[in-house]
Amino acid sequence: MSRFLADARLVAAKDLRIEARSRVVLNQVAPFALLVLVLFGFALDADQRTLRTFAPGLFWVAVLLCALLAIQRSVSVEQADGALTGLRLSGMSPAALFVGKAAAVFVQLVVLEVLLTAGIIVLYGSQIEQPLLVAATGLLAAVAVACTGTLYGALASGLGVRETLLPILLLPVLAPVLIGATRAFDDALGNAAVDGWAWLGLLAVFAVVATAGGALAHGTLVEE
Amino acid sequence: MVELNAVVALLGRFPALTGLDLRIEAGETVLLQGPNGAGKTTLLRLCAGLLAPQSGSVTVLGHDLTLGPERRAVRRRVGLLGHSTGLYEDLTVAENVRFWARAAGLDAEPSVERVVGALQRLGLDDGLLDLPVHRLSAGQRRRTSLAALVVRRPQLWLLDEPHAGLDQAGRNVVDTLIGDAVAAGGTVVVSSHELERVRSLSPRVVTLAGGTVHRDTGA
Repeated sequence: MSRFLADARLVAAKDLRIEARSRVVLNQVAPFALLVLVLFGFALDADQRTLRTFAPGLFWVAVLLCALLAIQRSVSVEQADGALTGLRLSGMSPAALFVGKAAAVFVQLVVLEVLLTAGIIVLYGSQIEQPLLVAATGLLAAVAVACTGTLYGALASGLGVRETLLPILLLPVLAPVLIGATRAFDDALGNAAVDGWAWLGLLAVFAVVATAGGALAHGTLVEE
Repeated sequence: MVELNAVVALLGRFPALTGLDLRIEAGETVLLQGPNGAGKTTLLRLCAGLLAPQSGSVTVLGHDLTLGPERRAVRRRVGLLGHSTGLYEDLTVAENVRFWARAAGLDAEPSVERVVGALQRLGLDDGLLDLPVHRLSAGQRRRTSLAALVVRRPQLWLLDEPHAGLDQAGRNVVDTLIGDAVAAGGTVVVSSHELERVRSLSPRVVTLAGGTVHRDTGA
């Protein structure tokens, strides 16, 4: 178990260090996220009441679009010069590799969610009525997206057409996360009379299944 | 150490090895040669546990590589230098060497001295330690990739065209490295087109053709 955790930590730290150096998320994905929020504003005629109403959905669509970029980046880092073969050769457990890769994507998604939260407050005038629900939703959805994305990233890279295929494979699978997280945010932002905590249950189940399923299936995808 | 019997291995749907028999003893240096498509790289990948044989038996360092878990187990004891370097562009030379050492199961992070020692053996200057890999030349990348293997100290070295992309000094360094690995009790299998250079390192030359052993000077 300690070997597993050490390997997962090693991979996560490596991916985050690469991100800190290349600043792809900071310089490219984060501006893209804010741009998406601004464009939604233009599309909806900059009417703040409308924007506030749709802010939860717009927020999570922006998160998913940014997640695609972060996941593609996570995959391409291993494809660039045969690093994935090196990881296979290292004898590292594929489950540990999966957890490490997903953990790094998770951290990047949480940073993006914080930025986007600030974005909907400033640009759309949204107000957070239940900070705890916002935080729990953000964390659980980030786990679900990071784990599912890492698994599907490995699948798409094996098929050799990852850039174009990944969104088509991944976004339909993440529809329950989009729905659950949007409903939970509806409650947390005081937009609709729904029980956000109940929707959090859906996210929790999805996150657990994505983590367990990813850890089990990643080995087959990486080896094949 | 390495024993292959009647091995058939596929590359996609095409047979790359077609009933290959080969035995390599511990401490031997073996040169693999043969034309492109003869099966040299496939043989090295098979011995590294990256491929499963379609049929036949493969035993490396006591591991039966027809079994998935055994293939995974042997990988930490084998060092494969392939066509790609496996380095991360945005990490420094030292960070790459340390990462691959830890990934290969070294319990403690290799000391700075050990990393520097490995780089110096490969003829790399200490000043490159903190340089990101994307700023290195192709030859320096190749040497860094080899340094990552040196730090791991594998029992079986599988070197696929190790002289490729290196200048004369770099080629000499690789030759010294192979000699050192054998002197330390390691076994080395080298695939190379540079016949004269590698023949001076190894009395045993195995020639592959059509996915099987065509000629073996050690047989």
